[in-house]
Amino acid sequence: MSALVGKYADELIKTAKYIATPGKGILAADESTGTIGKRLSSINVENVESNRQALRELLLTSPGALQHLSGVIFFEETLYQTTSSGKPFVEVLQEGGVISGIKVDKGVVDLAGTNGETTTQGLDSLGTRCAQYYKAGARFAKWRAVLKIGPTEPSELSIQQNAQGLARYAIICQENGLVPIVEPEVLTDGPHSIEKCAAVTETVLAAVYKALNDHHVLLEGTLLKPNMVTPGSDSPKVAAEVIAEYTVRALRRTVPPAVPGIVFLSGGQSEEEATVNLNAMNKLEVLKPWTLSFSFGRALQQSTLKTWAGKKENLAKAQQVFLVRCKANSDATLGKYVAGSGGDLASESLYVKGYKY
Amino acid sequence: MSCFTSKYQDELIANAAYIGTPGKGILAADESTGTIGKRLSSINVENIEENRRNLRELLFTTPGALECLSGVILFEETLYQKTSNGKPFVDVMKEGKVLPGIKVDKGTVQLPGTNGETTTQGLDGLAERCKKYYAAGARFAKWRAVLKIGPNEPSQLAINENANGLARYAVICQENGLVPIVEPEILIDGSHSIDKCADVTERVLSACYKALTDHHVLLEGTLLKPNMVTPGSDALKVAPEVIAEYTVRALQRTVPAAVPAIVFLSGGQSEEEASLNLNAMNKLKGKKPWSLSFSFGRALQQSTLKAWAGKEENVPKAKKAFFARCKANSQATLGTYKGNAHLGEGASESLHVKDYKY
Repeated sequence: MSALVGKYADELIKTAKYIATPGKGILAADESTGTIGKRLSSINVENVESNRQALRELLLTSPGALQHLSGVIFFEETLYQTTSSGKPFVEVLQEGGVISGIKVDKGVVDLAGTNGETTTQGLDSLGTRCAQYYKAGARFAKWRAVLKIGPTEPSELSIQQNAQGLARYAIICQENGLVPIVEPEVLTDGPHSIEKCAAVTETVLAAVYKALNDHHVLLEGTLLKPNMVTPGSDSPKVAAEVIAEYTVRALRRTVPPAVPGIVFLSGGQSEEEATVNLNAMNKLEVLKPWTLSFSFGRALQQSTLKTWAGKKENLAKAQQVFLVRCKANSDATLGKYVAGSGGDLASESLYVKGYKY
Repeated sequence: MSCFTSKYQDELIANAAYIGTPGKGILAADESTGTIGKRLSSINVENIEENRRNLRELLFTTPGALECLSGVILFEETLYQKTSNGKPFVDVMKEGKVLPGIKVDKGTVQLPGTNGETTTQGLDGLAERCKKYYAAGARFAKWRAVLKIGPNEPSQLAINENANGLARYAVICQENGLVPIVEPEILIDGSHSIDKCADVTERVLSACYKALTDHHVLLEGTLLKPNMVTPGSDALKVAPEVIAEYTVRALQRTVPAAVPAIVFLSGGQSEEEASLNLNAMNKLKGKKPWSLSFSFGRALQQSTLKAWAGKEENVPKAKKAFFARCKANSQATLGTYKGNAHLGEGASESLHVKDYKY
């Protein structure tokens, strides 16, 4: 085979397929310490470990939420944390039928000679780290590559470097039992049209799948986490059905059917936008050989965060808000979501220019 | 869009989709003058234009055959030929709702420094030729790239050259209204295992689709004509279900869903083998977002040729044999082929010729 048939092959295929279960998706709760600090400070909460632990416990123990999730991505610190009564988060998830994942990249660094383009680091000792995370109960991983659209961007160098990085990360994960989520995010920043976003997304995805093939990655044991195809953040918005059409077309042109599921990132979209767009894609009557689901961070947590505001007395209400978003996105994976049923806070744009994780 | 916008965009998409209609497939009748000469000499028929015309007329006017076909690939000479009562072949096809296609490559040439690997020529003046063929009624084209399996083959050079050639040919076709059939044939010659064939096929197809995207080809307006994934000709045979499994998996790993149909070449398989393998693929459960059909030359014509033997009085018998194969393959695209208990002479005959040169 062109693809790796290592000792974990069957398990990888099974895990990837489970994560792609219709009606379920991923909670991206893998904000690094620095990034979660920004979230906490926006609700005037101190960035200390106990608060980070309290927030994640709030999410993971929300009654009824876990049934809408197939996976949760953690930052390293969180993978080893427990609830206030001492139960490891990984176990909480296991009992709820949810698979633990782990962010393994070490952020982006500038590519010299380019106009602010980046590559992602984290390959050093990645195999050893993956083996450790597997021992701790993780069964999938995430690595975020970032590209931008500009007059001369993304450059061929940036596309090649990021595709290669993703492919090396992916094969190392598979050698160590973790399903790699492949995330080539094309940022929404800019005044470009949806057509431009589509062209860039297709070019980037084609390069990514060529690299995955070159590196012998087992596609059946991977997931894709792409951006949706939308106009740039400085361009007029378009209807969800248009986003759905352009996005699904781009994926049909580039993502081999062997990939079991596609879990979209939300970028700067509001909670409601992200859900409505995902719903439109699942309603689209065109052949889609992979499931279309979510891997949302901000678009699942924003209103929950605001409702909690760091206060114990707000816990139950915040958990209810979180459940509403989980259910909304679960419905969206089935094309059953009714717009506007998710609450007022859900419409706030989460766009931050030049967003740095 | 990553692909360019041809003025023929809608037509290309519609024609490619039509060719992939379940229950239909392609007759590859595009043997060059030299190649058809070999076929004719095998039944002791002289290689003159009249005989070439007679053979093709026999095929195109077989009752019921055209219903099993969505396209016929022609050699240039044939595109301009007529039936014995003066009706252009392209009109016969049009009336039978079959799209005429045209072979546009000019054969293979050696790649120096390799161990007998080749690239395909035919890009010079291709645009003008495509325009001409479109005017004559052609709506799709074919270009055959050839790769082989060996200790060091296919080399990266052979893969890159052939993928690039296919991509250039494809975009030029689309600019001029012809749906390009992309054919990266990996020869069956050798003693390699089915695993080796799968590995090479996946690598080659991955390179092809990267090249097609780089060259801005509209995938929805193309077709793929690949080899099936099988053991080498000198290795032990396996069951059709195994061939089906390996082949479909290789395609799932490399061929985007935007491609409407995959029309297999038969390589050196016998008529019956080719039909049984295609049938097994269509019975297989699994993700197949493209239709799986045929673009057979030898595997549609072999027993017909033998039955005809160049004699007028054999024409009805030959037409029956041809219809039988068309129907068999039509059923195979639906997974309903039961196997031919009444095989025509030659239907089980292997059509493998070592290092086959078209």
